[in-house]
Amino acid sequence: MPAPAGADVAETAAARVPRHQVQAFAAMVGVLVAAPFFVYPVFLMKALCFALFACAFNLLIGYVGLLSFGHAAFLGSAGYASAHAAKVWGFPPEAAIVFGTLVAALLGGAIGALTIRSRGIYFANITLAFAQMIFFFAVQASFTGGEDGIQAVPRGTLLGVLDLRQTHTMYFTVLGIFLLGFLIVYRAIHSPFGQVLKAIRENEPRAVSLGYRAEHYKLIAFALSATLAGLAGATKAIVFQLASLTDVHWTMSGEVVLMTLLGGLGTIFGPVVGAFIVIGLENYLAQLGAWVTIVQGAIFVVCVLTFRRGVVGELGRIIRKPL
Amino acid sequence: MPAGEEITLFGVPTQALFGQLLIGLINGAFYALLSLGLSVIFGLLNIINFAHGAQYMMGAFAAYFLLQWAGLGYWASLLVAPIAIGVVGIVIERTMLKRLYHLDHLYGLLLTFGVALVIEGVFRNEFGSSGLPYGIPSQLTGSYNLGFMFLPKYRAWVVLFSLAVCVATWYVIERTKLGAYLRAATENPTLVQAFGINVPRMITLTYGFGVALAALAGVLAAPIYQVNPLMGANMIIVVFAVVVIGGMGSIVGSIVTGFGLGVVEGFTKVFYPEASSTVIFVIMALVLLVRPAGLFGRTA
Amino acid sequence: MRRARILVAFLVVALAAGPAAAQISDGVIKIGVLNDQSSLYADLAGQGSVVAARMAVEDYGADKKGLKVEIVSADHQNKPDVGSQIARQWFDADKVDVIVDVPNSGVALAINQIAKDKGKAMLVSGAATADLSGKACSPNTIHWTYDTWALANGTGNAIVKTGGDTWFFLTSDYAFGHALERDTEAVVLKAGGKVVGKVRHPLNTQDFSSFLLQAQASKAKIIGLANAGGDTTNAIKQGAEFGIVRGGQNFAGLLVFITDVHALGLPTAQGLIMTETFYWDMNDKTRAFAKRFAERDRGIHPTMIHAGVYSAVTHYLKAVEALKGDDGTKVIAKMKEMPTDDALFGKGTVRADGRKIHPAYLFEVKKPTESKGAWDYYKLRATIPAEQAFRPIDQGDCPLVKK
Repeated sequence: MPAPAGADVAETAAARVPRHQVQAFAAMVGVLVAAPFFVYPVFLMKALCFALFACAFNLLIGYVGLLSFGHAAFLGSAGYASAHAAKVWGFPPEAAIVFGTLVAALLGGAIGALTIRSRGIYFANITLAFAQMIFFFAVQASFTGGEDGIQAVPRGTLLGVLDLRQTHTMYFTVLGIFLLGFLIVYRAIHSPFGQVLKAIRENEPRAVSLGYRAEHYKLIAFALSATLAGLAGATKAIVFQLASLTDVHWTMSGEVVLMTLLGGLGTIFGPVVGAFIVIGLENYLAQLGAWVTIVQGAIFVVCVLTFRRGVVGELGRIIRKPL
Repeated sequence: MPAGEEITLFGVPTQALFGQLLIGLINGAFYALLSLGLSVIFGLLNIINFAHGAQYMMGAFAAYFLLQWAGLGYWASLLVAPIAIGVVGIVIERTMLKRLYHLDHLYGLLLTFGVALVIEGVFRNEFGSSGLPYGIPSQLTGSYNLGFMFLPKYRAWVVLFSLAVCVATWYVIERTKLGAYLRAATENPTLVQAFGINVPRMITLTYGFGVALAALAGVLAAPIYQVNPLMGANMIIVVFAVVVIGGMGSIVGSIVTGFGLGVVEGFTKVFYPEASSTVIFVIMALVLLVRPAGLFGRTA
Repeated sequence: MRRARILVAFLVVALAAGPAAAQISDGVIKIGVLNDQSSLYADLAGQGSVVAARMAVEDYGADKKGLKVEIVSADHQNKPDVGSQIARQWFDADKVDVIVDVPNSGVALAINQIAKDKGKAMLVSGAATADLSGKACSPNTIHWTYDTWALANGTGNAIVKTGGDTWFFLTSDYAFGHALERDTEAVVLKAGGKVVGKVRHPLNTQDFSSFLLQAQASKAKIIGLANAGGDTTNAIKQGAEFGIVRGGQNFAGLLVFITDVHALGLPTAQGLIMTETFYWDMNDKTRAFAKRFAERDRGIHPTMIHAGVYSAVTHYLKAVEALKGDDGTKVIAKMKEMPTDDALFGKGTVRADGRKIHPAYLFEVKKPTESKGAWDYYKLRATIPAEQAFRPIDQGDCPLVKK
């Protein structure tokens, strides 16, 4: 994929975080801390989980240039693992989430190792192929409960102290997890590691000739993306107290592409905004039935034709600084 | 058939196995026809047409409407429906796809993905999801008694017709002058344009042709699969897999893979039926690991 | 710079605030119709269920009795997490008192749990899983209309008794399909029949020729279709192509609705046998209902799901009026106390395990020559009395039932 908007400017001063980004981050945190008192918190938690998922996905497509059409596999597998650990093995929520994330990390490493040599549409297809196999496994395995999913997953008590059945406690836990993931992505990009990734994306043969083992870097980025997607999935399973086939279906992989595209590929805050908009729309339009897919499709079309930078990308262009 | 003894292969009577093999070949022919349009569009235009499933569905609906509103039967629909939907395809190309040629292929994929969602959503809104009835044309009802199974006449027709269209398309693209111009135009549009050939129009017509092929498969499917708005969504990723395995850009590749998939799927349905819709992805993963550009593919 | 920040913040909050904007005070009975409005089950439930709920409220005369009733609806898209999030929002923020319909067993089970946790009510018409009045039974849920056990029992028993004693199962490879197959197999074996073969196909299979060939080779008299929606209609359509019925075998539809028969057309669907608990052409009352329903729902005649929503909402309103309150757990308990009586299902009861009891009917699809027009599709083969139609209360492992 060609270099997306925003990724070129501030990279030179990788050690210093630009002031406007700090301000944007502070604004985001401020809004998210105040939001549950005005807006239904369960909706916000769903949006936060998807925002983390989208940030993880954006790491791969925005900064490495690889479009994965199978990211749902990581979201869903981590969800099943975390749900199973919490419900059947009685893990406390933090352990269940960590377990789910680890499962996604392992899966990411394995699938990454096999797919990282491909590029472009072939990469998209081979990731889709593996995701379909995981979907099949999820349908067949008895512990996943087939299309009923794993139901009645307990929320439990965080660190033995905080009762997660209290909505606000759960919300701030999810917010904490989201911010952690977000900062990990940010740090990965604005680091020497991120610089090498950028070099690889711009001109891989030259990066290799300079001595960088491109495949290694891409694999690490893939595994990191998968791990954070898993973190989102594992958390979501605890919030909604269920894990289902929806999260491993290929249309879920399509949704995260939509969120990232709408928000702005390769921007920092783009995936967050994109996720909130898409989840918000789904909520709003749930009353109108089939219109949800029509509107989603229309957004895809409009974005690709005229709005390629996405919401945050356009904002970044207006203020002339990368967001 | 002598009473008593039955020969078995892998625990299944050979008679049954032959029947399944034949069914597999028939389905393979259908898969080949289905993937032909996608393969033509990607091979010649480098466009990844994710709206292929929706266009297939529109072809089936067109056949239904031609019957309902214009009294045009199956045989007329085979000609009229692809042309009608091909025109729709041309409109999509002229208004939207054209603007993305200078960008990465993946934007084309995302655009057509969006178009597919819109088309399918609109049809679902209008026509529900149970589907509409469309009968087998009277000339093709009934079946042939082959001894080891009864083969419906319509299925025999599907195989012969699909094969004919596949061969004809391959011939036109690989062996005629028109096809040569087309292939040259994709490799070096500026040069071909300099020779006085209207390249943008060729591209538009080619896209329309690919879409028409999808709609043709839809008309073929209408008498045997329920005409319903979800029919395209269910098979789009399978068709994609066929084209990718065959090698994106190789028409021969997708035809061969289509047939191959039909047979492999047929066997899977006998021995491990639950996996019959996943086996293609296993094969795709294996093929892409060994030959990243597909079986007959050109550059990766 | 500042403008951009504010803009982003505003966008996020504005878009997110939408869903929570509608806050209604109590004193209103709020009914939420939650089902699939855009995919597989959109025709057999969908908008029709909303129409049925509205008709129930109007026929009940809520305004005359001084009760304020509101109806909201949403599409769960057959996804348990979408359904569960809508349910939570409805119960927590939008003051919805009862959720009705919910086809798709996975979604129904998820909402069953949420309703129990929050002490609200749930009236299931669309979902099939018999677990809702079994292992997963709850003091906040009533399972109306039908379940997999009733269908298996009705169709399985009746068919074996009329000579269909060898069966081949074509099962959708999903928990729901397995359950249907398992329940029907048990009934068939108990009635003295034999199961000579089974094959499981993935969900959303387009081409059944291979499976139909296997069914033909098995020489079973009956091919049981333990699947639903597009899979059932495709199998039947291709069965006609392969001459299944001409070859002397018959299809038994284990989960077929009148909308499926309508989609197939009588020439293809004729002879199909299935069990339903409602048919619009049974008596004058049902016919009158169907006429009014069709006027409001694009000419579609009501399926048993729609009828179930009507009946459940009617009984719910009666219970609320008698109780003078709408606390979920209490209303459900009241509904179990009061016998039911409505125009569509006649007289019935609700058991302690949350199972609504009414008669079931075995139908056969008419030949094209026997039908007088659109939607005139069924002829009645047998009536199964209410006491025999559903699983006995002690066989369900429901914790609410004392042994």
